[in-house]
Amino acid sequence: MLSLENIINGIHTWLNNTFDPTLALTCEFVLLGITAIAIFAVLGLVLVLMERKVAAIMQIRKGPNRVGPFGMFQTVADTLKLIMKEGLTPDGADKVLFNLAPFIVMIAAMLLLAPIPFAKGVQMWDINIGVLFISAVSSISVIGILMAGWASNNKYSLLGAMRSGAQIVSYELSAGLSVITIVILTGSLQLSEIVNAQQNGWWIFKGHIPVLISFVTFIIAVTAETNRAPFDLAEAESELTAGFHTEYSGMKFALFFLAEYINIFIACAIGATLFLGGWMPFHIGNWEGFNAIMDYIPSSIWFVGKTFFLIFLMMWFRWTFPRLRVDQLLNLEWKYLLPISMLNLLVVTVMAIMGWYF
Amino acid sequence: MFITNYIKEIFNGVKSLLTGMRITGYYFVHPKEIITEQYPDNRATLKMANRFRGEVVMIHNENNEHACTGCSACELACPNGTIKIINKFDINAEGKKKKAIDTFVYHLELCTMCNLCVIACPTDTIKMDQTFEHSVFDRSQLTKVLNRPGSKIKAGVE
Amino acid sequence: MFEEIGTTEDGYMVINIGPQHPATHGVLHLVMTLNGETIVKTEPHLGYIHRSIEKMSESLTYRQFIYATSRMDYLSSHINNHGCSLCVEKGLQIEVPERAQIIRVIMDELTRIASHELWWGAMAMDLGAFTPFFHAFRERETITEIMEETCGARLTMNYICPGGVMADLHPDFQKKVKSFITLYKSKINEYNELVTGNIIFQNRMKGVGYLSKEDAISFGCTGPVGRASGVSCDIRKLYPYEVYGKLQFDEILETAGDSFARYMVRIHEMNQSIRIIEQLIDNIPDGEFLAKTKAVLKLPKGEFYQRVETARGEFGVYIVSEGGTTPYRIKYRSPGFSNLSALPTMVKGSKIGDLIAAMGTLDLVIPDLDR
Repeated sequence: MLSLENIINGIHTWLNNTFDPTLALTCEFVLLGITAIAIFAVLGLVLVLMERKVAAIMQIRKGPNRVGPFGMFQTVADTLKLIMKEGLTPDGADKVLFNLAPFIVMIAAMLLLAPIPFAKGVQMWDINIGVLFISAVSSISVIGILMAGWASNNKYSLLGAMRSGAQIVSYELSAGLSVITIVILTGSLQLSEIVNAQQNGWWIFKGHIPVLISFVTFIIAVTAETNRAPFDLAEAESELTAGFHTEYSGMKFALFFLAEYINIFIACAIGATLFLGGWMPFHIGNWEGFNAIMDYIPSSIWFVGKTFFLIFLMMWFRWTFPRLRVDQLLNLEWKYLLPISMLNLLVVTVMAIMGWYF
Repeated sequence: MFITNYIKEIFNGVKSLLTGMRITGYYFVHPKEIITEQYPDNRATLKMANRFRGEVVMIHNENNEHACTGCSACELACPNGTIKIINKFDINAEGKKKKAIDTFVYHLELCTMCNLCVIACPTDTIKMDQTFEHSVFDRSQLTKVLNRPGSKIKAGVE
Repeated sequence: MFEEIGTTEDGYMVINIGPQHPATHGVLHLVMTLNGETIVKTEPHLGYIHRSIEKMSESLTYRQFIYATSRMDYLSSHINNHGCSLCVEKGLQIEVPERAQIIRVIMDELTRIASHELWWGAMAMDLGAFTPFFHAFRERETITEIMEETCGARLTMNYICPGGVMADLHPDFQKKVKSFITLYKSKINEYNELVTGNIIFQNRMKGVGYLSKEDAISFGCTGPVGRASGVSCDIRKLYPYEVYGKLQFDEILETAGDSFARYMVRIHEMNQSIRIIEQLIDNIPDGEFLAKTKAVLKLPKGEFYQRVETARGEFGVYIVSEGGTTPYRIKYRSPGFSNLSALPTMVKGSKIGDLIAAMGTLDLVIPDLDR
């Protein structure tokens, strides 16, 4: 059967047979890099369009519909416009940090693509501490945001960056704690192991209410970590005009913008991998026929479908809720999410020890 | 009790959030509710209300005749100096000089569509038209002459 | 001492919100002194959209100056026109036909609903929820269509003239207003579910931007802002004009004085306006829509004052006449100006987010402040 796994294996074998191992490895690295950039670009274009369409339909509008069929090339046109725009650097800005910041944010986003299992056997880097890697690298982007806010020499940017710092640092905790519940249940930090452990049922079904709670906590926490409404205090349009990227224009702004969407994708992909079984198809107990049909759907479709479902959920949040205030945001984390997820972690640990899951 | 209140608070909060999401979710699955009018595309079917005030025009009949006596009532009624009437003296059949309109200058760029000139007009010569696409590349094009070339006053209008 | 541009001597940060800022709904300029996120001082700066309408009106006749008031508070332009017209009629002692009075009142209430709808959407947008804005515009659009059909324009109607109204009602008017009432009643519940009940929204609004009753009186706050602090200031009740004295409606009073109270006053006011329209829409008497007036209006020598209740509060017109065709002096008392003056007191010591919420509930229309 033609699947992504076979294609990749085919390329791997062909490269190793044709060239010597060092050259083959170099080739694979280059291919991987190109793939990562391609995924980055395509996802950015697709997600921006999706966001605009979802927003439009919820707001009883039509959304982009002029460029191409159903406005499909609108984001391409927008990107072209942004590339052609002048990338201004303000006079009082710290030039080095100002120009470096978007790249740090983007690199942090791209690094996170590495350990995600996109389909059966398709993973750039099956690192044995995948979950830890993700938790560690996802915090780097806050440095980029702080740099952008500080270097802009703009008070709005500074306020936005400081808000973002406080927000991401605190929400990292409950995101981490809710991820750890799955690590405890699986007994592994490796993402491929976690997916394999969901062979006979996704964790969200197997883990009863505690995993459901940690799933909800995770979604809230990653929404905050990616600076999405209702937690978009870092850019809070009506308060800080555009927050940390007020002074950015042209392609530098586009990098921030794209990195935001890649971060959403990655956060949702991790959520799908940990809680919704990654590329594992949906199986119901003993229904052999049903399970066979589900198996027939390629694993990459399953992964993308689950991820986009979560992305849609986050967009749904964004276009429904008002924004929180900065102190309420921190209250929510420290008074509600953190105690709940700590208690939940305890419950899950007891559950894992006693084997109270399917 | 503290814990009960805490849980109740969370429960009510989540419930209120879900109620809000139900509304937006409803609109997401009912694209028929979309109310957007696609303006330049629907030009053919677009019908403005017949009282809509778009610009001042002068009514001419098929013989290229209007009813403007050049009395300047509209010019006086206008709060912005939008209308400027230049009169001339025609020689009528009896050889007498008679006041008649030469040019009826209308500055669309100054007009606020307040309708006062139309009300002031004693002979109902001017009216509001429903056109609204007034943008041009040069401001001078907005200064219009309302009486058509070669037009003259209708017989019987004093 | 560490000194930097834009920092006060105490080390506080000075930040300009506006004149180009998404939350100021126009060209309002607020100079804020911030201690981190906390507001130390707010200083509104005005004058960016001053058009000297008062001075301009001195050279316009009593028929002409009315149109200019539409450009002040453009969201309740009809009610502004109404106030001016009433003032002129007071001076000339014109008896307005009953049909015209009722048409004017219905239009006033429709304008009020339209204005509150827009405020509702814009305020939700200030708080970061974009969707309500478009939902509010859907209902508002039906009102503007009714206005367009009868008055000839959508925003700056200029429908009222001394002595009555410019044109008779459109034949479809009653039908359309009734269908709007049905639409509104089916959607108001949605408003409450989407915004009012939302826990994030309530947390953002409750206890924020508190204005005490004493402060509200001393700042001269009127309209929903004053009534939310417990000040009874509905001109329609206190000094009834036109047919308001005969109508059944409640003056909405809240005592909390915070942003949420102001929000609820406006939401309930929309319902009261619907109630007023329902009482009148089937009882429009036949007859003249415009009283016979002289071609040239000349107010007798003296001073005339008339106040009306706009969507934002008390709008007063003060005309000094020397007996000529143009007023000697005109002064408008605009509600937004007094309401804005309460803003620094309201937001002192709160966060920037609270400033936006409080400013949203003041429902400022900047051309109304500056004139």
